[in-house]
Amino acid sequence: MSLFLLKRLATLIGTLIGASVIVFLVLEILPGNAAQILMGPDASPDAVAALATKLGLDQPAWTRYWHWVGGLLTGNLGDSYAYGSPVLDLILERLALTVPLALMAMTLTTVLALVVGVTAAARHNRLGDVGLMGLAQVGIAIPNFWFAILLILVFSVKLQWFSAGGFEGWSEGVGAGVKSLLLPALSLAVVQAAILARITRSAVLEVLREDFVRTARAKGVSRRAVLWLHVLRNALIPVITVMGMQFSELLAGTIVVENVFYLPGLGRLIFQAISNRDLVVVRNCVMLLAALVVIVNFVVDVLYAVIDPRIKASDV
Amino acid sequence: MALLEVDDLHIRLQTQRGPADAVRGISFALERGQTLGIVGESGCGKSITVQSLMGLLPDTARVSGRIRFDGQDLVGLSDAAMCRIRGHRIGMIFQEPMTALNPLHTIARQVAEPLRLHRGLPAAAARQEALALLERVGIPDAATRLDAYPHQFSGGQRQRIGIAMALACGPDLLIADEPTTALDVTVQKQILDLIAELVAERGMALILISHDLGVIANTVERMLVMYGGSVVESGPTAALFAHRAHPYTQGLFAARPVLGAPRGGRLATIRGSVPELVDLPPGCPFAGRCDFTIDACRTTRPPAVELPHDHRVRCLRLDAVAAAQGQPA
Amino acid sequence: MSAPPSSLTAVIGAPPPARPPGFWSRAWRHRSFAIGFVLTLLLVAAALLSLVWTPWSPYEMDMPAKLQSPTAAHWLGTDAFGRDVASLLLVGARASILVGVIAVGIGLVVGTALGLLAAARRGWVEEAVMRVCDFSMAFPAILSAIMLTAVFGAGIVNAIVAIGIYNIPTFARITRASANAVWSREYVAAARACGKGAFAITFQHVLPNISAVLIVQVTIRFAIAILAEAALSYLGLGTQPPQPSWGRMLSEAQTLMFQQPLLAVWPGLAIALAVLGLNLLGDGLRDLLDPRLARSR
Repeated sequence: MSLFLLKRLATLIGTLIGASVIVFLVLEILPGNAAQILMGPDASPDAVAALATKLGLDQPAWTRYWHWVGGLLTGNLGDSYAYGSPVLDLILERLALTVPLALMAMTLTTVLALVVGVTAAARHNRLGDVGLMGLAQVGIAIPNFWFAILLILVFSVKLQWFSAGGFEGWSEGVGAGVKSLLLPALSLAVVQAAILARITRSAVLEVLREDFVRTARAKGVSRRAVLWLHVLRNALIPVITVMGMQFSELLAGTIVVENVFYLPGLGRLIFQAISNRDLVVVRNCVMLLAALVVIVNFVVDVLYAVIDPRIKASDV
Repeated sequence: MALLEVDDLHIRLQTQRGPADAVRGISFALERGQTLGIVGESGCGKSITVQSLMGLLPDTARVSGRIRFDGQDLVGLSDAAMCRIRGHRIGMIFQEPMTALNPLHTIARQVAEPLRLHRGLPAAAARQEALALLERVGIPDAATRLDAYPHQFSGGQRQRIGIAMALACGPDLLIADEPTTALDVTVQKQILDLIAELVAERGMALILISHDLGVIANTVERMLVMYGGSVVESGPTAALFAHRAHPYTQGLFAARPVLGAPRGGRLATIRGSVPELVDLPPGCPFAGRCDFTIDACRTTRPPAVELPHDHRVRCLRLDAVAAAQGQPA
Repeated sequence: MSAPPSSLTAVIGAPPPARPPGFWSRAWRHRSFAIGFVLTLLLVAAALLSLVWTPWSPYEMDMPAKLQSPTAAHWLGTDAFGRDVASLLLVGARASILVGVIAVGIGLVVGTALGLLAAARRGWVEEAVMRVCDFSMAFPAILSAIMLTAVFGAGIVNAIVAIGIYNIPTFARITRASANAVWSREYVAAARACGKGAFAITFQHVLPNISAVLIVQVTIRFAIAILAEAALSYLGLGTQPPQPSWGRMLSEAQTLMFQQPLLAVWPGLAIALAVLGLNLLGDGLRDLLDPRLARSR
C-alpha cells in the first residue's frame, strides 16, 4: 500500500512542478518586461529600471523561478503590484468564500447525481429512465452562467427570496453566508450533476449485469437492497474517476459563477488582477487553482485504493 | 406431500427474434431429501427452469403452470414474498465461482448476509455462524481469513464459499446449476463430494444441473433429460443408465468418448444442431434431428409413456427405437 | 423481385439476402441522431444565413426602439441600443462556430498526431506524451484563457488558442487508447511481417479504424467548445465588441434583468440548443458508427 502511495505522490509532485514551470513561462517570461507594462509606454526608462529592480526583474529567469517556488513553499507569495499588500493575505481572504462554494457545489452535485442516476438505472428503459435522462441531456447543454442568470431572474427578481448577488461575509452568521451561496452552488451543481448522473446510470447498469448481483438476489436480498448495498459501491469507481476529472471544470465554473453573482472570491480576484495588469496575483492564483486540480486527482487515486481492495494488491 | 411439485410449467421468454417458449410443459416432483439431476445441452431450458423456481427470471418472462413448494404456490408470488424464500428455504449455487461473489465485500459479510436477513441474527452471532459454515465447507484457516476478499481465494475455494452462503439458513432445497463446470477436474470431485455430504447430512433435497453424465451418475438418485424445453425422459438414474429409451438420450450417451476405443475411430455425434428456441416445431422438439422421425412427430406432442421402475419417456416411436436396438420396447 | 424458378436456383444458388439497411435509413430512425442532426443543421444554417441576410443589421442602433419585447418588426425584441436581437443571434452563431471549428481542429490535428505517435512508438515517447497530457489536465480552458489574456490582452484569438490547447490532451488520450487496440490486432501484425513501416500502418490501418471514435469526439468537443467560448465572452475574454457573441449578449442582458428579462433568455436558449444538438448528434453517431461503442440503452 505504501509503495502505491509513494508512486502516486511522486506523480503528484512531478505534475505540480511541471505546472509551475508552465505558469512561470507564460506569465513571467512571455510578457517581457513587467515593469514596462505596469508603468505604461510613456514612463521614463529610469523609472522603469528602478521598478524593475524593485520587483527583482533584473535577475535571470532561473533565479526568479526558484525564488518564486521557494516563496510558494514558505507562504511568501510576494506583494501584489496593484495593492501592495501580501498576495497570500489576499488569496486567503477570497478562499474563505470560494472553498465553501466549491464544497457546497460538490455535495449538491454528488447527491443529485447519485439519486438521479440510480433511480434511472432502477427504472431502466421505462418512463422514469427516459424522462430523467432527457432532463440530464438538457442539463448538460445549459451553460452554468445562463442557469445562474435564470435562477436570479426567478428567485431574486420575480420571487425576491434571494438577493441578486453579493456576499456579506461569514461575520453575519453561517446561515446567511450559506444562503447567499445557495444559488451559485446550485447553478454549478446542476450541470455537473447532469453529466455525473449519466455516468452513474451506465455504471449501475453495467454492475447490475454482473454475476454477483444474481448471487445476492439468490440469497433473498431485495431489489432495492441489492442496488444500494451491493451495486452502488461497485459502480462508484467510474463515477469517482469522472468526478475527479470534472473538478477542474468545477473550478472553472466557480470563476464564472462568482462573476455572475458578484461574489468576492478567487475568481473575481483574478479578474480584477487582470484589469490591473497585476501579474503577481494572477501568477499565484493560477498556480493555486492548477495545484488544487492536481491534488484532487491525487485524492481520487487514493480513494480508489480505499474503495477497491483489489487495487492495493495488483497495482504497484 | 412432496416438497416440490412442478406441474405443466410453461415459460415464455422475449428474445431479439420475438417470443420463444423456453420451457414447454414440464412436470416433476421432488420429495424431501431426494436428489434430482437435470441433464441436457446448452439452451435446453434447464437453467431457465430452476431460475423460475427461484423467481429470478427477467420481468418480461411469462410463467404459467404450477410450482408448489412445501404447499405454497410460487408462480405469481410477489417479489417480496419470494425474497423470503430465496436463500432461506431454497438455496442456489451457480456455475461461475470467479464472478459470483461481490469483489468489494469481505467473505464474512457475504456469508453472514442471509443469516442477518432471514434469521435476524445480530452482527457478532452471524459472524460466528459464518465462521462455522466456512470451516464446514473446508476453507483452510477460516478464522484468520474471515475479513479477506474474494480475489484472495481460488476458484474452488470461492465455490465453497458460495456453498456456505447457500446453506447458511438451512434450506429445504439446494439447487446447484452446473457447480463444477468452470473448475479444474481435480477440484470438481472435491466440490461434488462436499455437496453430496452436506445434502445427506442436512437432509436437503437437491436439484443438480449438469451436462456431464458422469457427474449425474455419481450424485443423484433420479434424473431428467431435457431437450428443447421439454423433458424427453425421466426416471431413476440407475434405470435410465441401464436402459435408454429416448433417441436423444441414446445419442447423448453414445456421444461420450470411451477409454480404450480403437485408434482412428470418430466420436459419435447427434447429427444436426440445436435449433433456436424460436424455431422449434410444435411437436417433439427432437423431430428432424432424430433418425426415427415421422410426420406425426413434428405436429403432435408425444404423451408420456410409463416404463417399468417409474421410468417415463415422451416418444411416439418407442417401438421402432427399441426394434433398432434389438430390445423389447 | 420474384424468386427465380427452382431449377435455376439449383444451378445458381438462392438469390442473395436483402441488403442490410444503409447508414441513412438506420440513422433517421435513431431518435438522438435525428434530433441532433436537425438542431446542428439549424445552427450551421443560421451562421451561413447570417453571411448573406439578417432581418436587420446587427450593428444598427435604434435608441427609440430599445429594450422592446418581441414585435412583428423585431421578432425577438431589441437590446439596450435598439439592435435587433434575432439578427444578433444569427451573427453570434458565426463566432461560436468559428471558435468551435478552429479550436476543435487544433485539438484534433495536434492531439491525434500525438496519440498516433505515442501508439506507434510506445516506450518513452508514449510516457512523455501522456505526462504532457497530464499537465494540461490542470489547466481548464478558462485558466489558459485567463493567462493568455493577462499577457496579450483580451481577444478572440486567446479564446481559440486556449480552447484548442484544452482539446489536445483529450484527443491525444483517446487516439492513443484506440490506436493501441488496433496495433494489437492480428492484421497489423501481418502487415508488419510483410515489412510495412509504422508510418504506413498508421495511415492505412490505424487511422481508418479509429475514425469512428474521432468523429464522435469531434461533435462532443465542438459542443464543449461552444460552451467554453460562451463562458469566455461572457467574462469579456473572448469575442470582442462590436462582433456579436452569445456569451457577451448574456452579460449585457444581466445588467438589464429588471428592465427586459427576455434579453437574458434568447442567447442562453441559442447556446443550449446548439450544444444539445451536437451532444445528441454525437450520441447518435456513437451508436450508429460502431455498435461496440453503444452504451447500455
